[in-house]
Amino acid sequence: MKLRDIAELLNAKIVCGESRLDEDFRYAFSSDLMSDVLTLEEHNPIILSGLCNIQTIRTCEMGCLSAIIFVRKKKPTSDMIELAEDNDMVLMECDYSMFKASGILYQNGIEPIY
Amino acid sequence: MHLEYTIIEGDFVNAGAASSSIKKTLKQLNVNPSIIKRVVVALYEAEVNAIAHAYGGIITADIDSNNICISVADKGPGIPDIEWAMQEGNSTASPEVRDMGFGAGMGLPNIKKNVDKLEVKSTVGVGTTVTMEVKIC
Repeated sequence: MKLRDIAELLNAKIVCGESRLDEDFRYAFSSDLMSDVLTLEEHNPIILSGLCNIQTIRTCEMGCLSAIIFVRKKKPTSDMIELAEDNDMVLMECDYSMFKASGILYQNGIEPIY
Repeated sequence: MHLEYTIIEGDFVNAGAASSSIKKTLKQLNVNPSIIKRVVVALYEAEVNAIAHAYGGIITADIDSNNICISVADKGPGIPDIEWAMQEGNSTASPEVRDMGFGAGMGLPNIKKNVDKLEVKSTVGVGTTVTMEVKIC
């Protein structure tokens, strides 16, 4: 599914990375635990997280993960956005809970990794 | 190629800066992306561990055409029981570390999973040195 369609489903605001909205994603992974995100292998999932700090961006940079959706009305700081832009990432903000956002994506065909 | 970075105790804002720099260097050297990912995930885990648990230290990276060897040497409290620390789920992380999304006792096991060779040497009251090697080809 294209990122722009995912944003629409979740009523999410695009924070940065607008040039990548036509990229397709098949998988998603939802976690507040960056240690768990670092164990992911080659599926390039969208990351849904309620953990909104600079290490969320760093973790995705190291894990070669290019799209993050912050749930529960979390807003990335300017430092986080700058780091995401440096790494050509897409960031979105979503008001829904992690459970609701994950459920909507699953219902619409986005697959879990595990 | 030899690279060196300083780790500052408790500097969570910059945790990952050295890993990020080494990632960029490996990209410039046209190293296979899946190898880059394994190296930087392992290094980032070690970097976060050193920032979280130690009183500063040094990261060194030696890169040649066959091998990437990275060492994270900290001045810290040391690990009393390395075997215990290597088991998934065992952690002595502070609440601050957990707030950053780490501290679940997954770091050392994840480093081991991502590298070809891992050596952890530690002396209580002196520090810990984690040495990781990944073959490029």
